Amino acid sequence: MAKIQVKTKINGEETEFLCQPYDTVLDVLRKDLNMTGTKEVCSTGDCGACSITMDGRLVCSCLVLAAETEDKNIETIEGMAKNGKFNVLQKTFLEHAALQCGICTPGMLVAAKSLLEKNTNPTETEIRYWLAGNLCRCTGYDKIVKAVQAAAEEIRENA
Amino acid sequence: MSEVKFISPETLEQAVDAYYKSSKEGKTKILAGGTDLLVQIRSGISQPDTIIDIKNIKELKEISNDNGSYTIGAAVAGAVLDEEEDFGNNWPGVLEALRLIGSEQIQGRASLGGNLCNASPAGDSVPALIASGATVKVHGPEGERNMPIESFHAGPGKTNLKNGEIVVNFQFPKKQKCSGDAYLRMIPRTEMDIAVVGCAVNVTIENDKCVDARVALGAVAPTALLVEDASKALIGSNFEKEAVEKAALACEAACNPIDDKRGTISYRKKVSKVLFKRALEKAIERAKKG
Ligand SMILES: Cc1cc2nc3c(=O)[nH]c(=O)nc-3n(C[C@H](O)[C@H](O)[C@H](O)COP(=O)(O)OP(=O)(O)OC[C@H]3O[C@@H](n4cnc5c(N)ncnc54)[C@H](O)[C@@H]3O)c2cc1C
Ligand code: FES
Ligand code: FES
Repeated sequence: MAKIQVKTKINGEETEFLCQPYDTVLDVLRKDLNMTGTKEVCSTGDCGACSITMDGRLVCSCLVLAAETEDKNIETIEGMAKNGKFNVLQKTFLEHAALQCGICTPGMLVAAKSLLEKNTNPTETEIRYWLAGNLCRCTGYDKIVKAVQAAAEEIRENA
Repeated sequence: MSEVKFISPETLEQAVDAYYKSSKEGKTKILAGGTDLLVQIRSGISQPDTIIDIKNIKELKEISNDNGSYTIGAAVAGAVLDEEEDFGNNWPGVLEALRLIGSEQIQGRASLGGNLCNASPAGDSVPALIASGATVKVHGPEGERNMPIESFHAGPGKTNLKNGEIVVNFQFPKKQKCSGDAYLRMIPRTEMDIAVVGCAVNVTIENDKCVDARVALGAVAPTALLVEDASKALIGSNFEKEAVEKAALACEAACNPIDDKRGTISYRKKVSKVLFKRALEKAIERAKKG
């Protein structure tokens, strides 16, 4: 079957790939591009493990067709640490033990980063609502919320 | 499997033409945010052989404000409309209904057009759109036409769109002075769930009297409903207890709900009255602010 050729930017790098019409961005990231940091859990938009940003918008990569990403700007968890240095959220997640099995973590980090880019001083309620689409079976969320608050504080201090 | 086509036309004419032709030959689906469609493809409920992405068509992504009358493109995502501050000041009820759809991730994609065309009886934005008095513009092989939202649906999952017709945008009336709208839904959880009952109210007040009212219910019948008897009970009243009670009873009487694990028939009917009163209170509060 004829494949669709797509040219897009992933974490700042021009990327080209071939996909089938039903392939999602998540399929292509994990299977074709070997970028397995973005996790697949539900495939139906419910869990947030597959969170990425596309042109700056937080989305579930399981609900975006790969063919739709022509000329887009995609950011995944792989682009979060810069020059071998953790993003502040990655650091505070470790400091606050905000992960256990780690399956939800890439999605949590990508979603939390997108919140802090919009609002560096979110209330606890705002954090909980923003992350309502990111499910975690292990931590009970409290440590995740604390880690996001700590990261926000660091961002404000360094601003 | 025959070859599946993915196309992303840049004009409405191209999209309508492709939609009309391909739906004669096979199963074609319009793709807006994909938050319904991709789930349906994944689960096998929908297996289109042509997918038409409408997000590269300018009109469908446009937000405009002509002297207080808003036009919102059918494919504008919730998170995008949320950033249009003045829209939220004019139609807080419509915005809160759209923003209730899913998580932030879903909001990055979910559109009013998709919520309407998916035609779930529980679609959250639909009652709010009905109460606002907005109309929808559709474009098809025979040209353009406008429909009131309340006559858009034919049943659960069914619309009155004709072959090849695409929803272009939503046109909101100019907001009246001292009017306000509100939407509330009842769900078993606090986030990320499907409405058991949804109620939208839009009222206009003049000298403490209700001069206009539109009440709409979702999730209690095969399609979202405009409850005209509730409007009648409110118009001309001072929102006195008797008038509000009469309107609430009209809401209850309009319900024709299903019985399922989320709520029994009698529960949904009862909740429709309670939710109506709460949404009314909120709409009145907003109307009094201007
Ligand atoms: C996790 C999750 C939570 C959700 N929560 C809610 C909720 O709380 N409340 C709620 O109401 N919904 C909810 N939904 C459903 C869905 O997000 C909404 O219905 C959304 O508004 C659909 O918009 P979309 O742009 O993604 O539509 P799409 O999936 O792109 O399209 C939906 C349908 O409409 C058709 N269509 C779309 N646009 C047009 C157009 N312009 N002209 C003609 N046909 C068109 C498509 O062909 C398709 O059949 C949820 C979905 C998910 C995955
Ligand atoms: S895998 Fe995409 S939301 Fe769960
Ligand atoms: S750490 Fe295991 S799901 Fe969140």
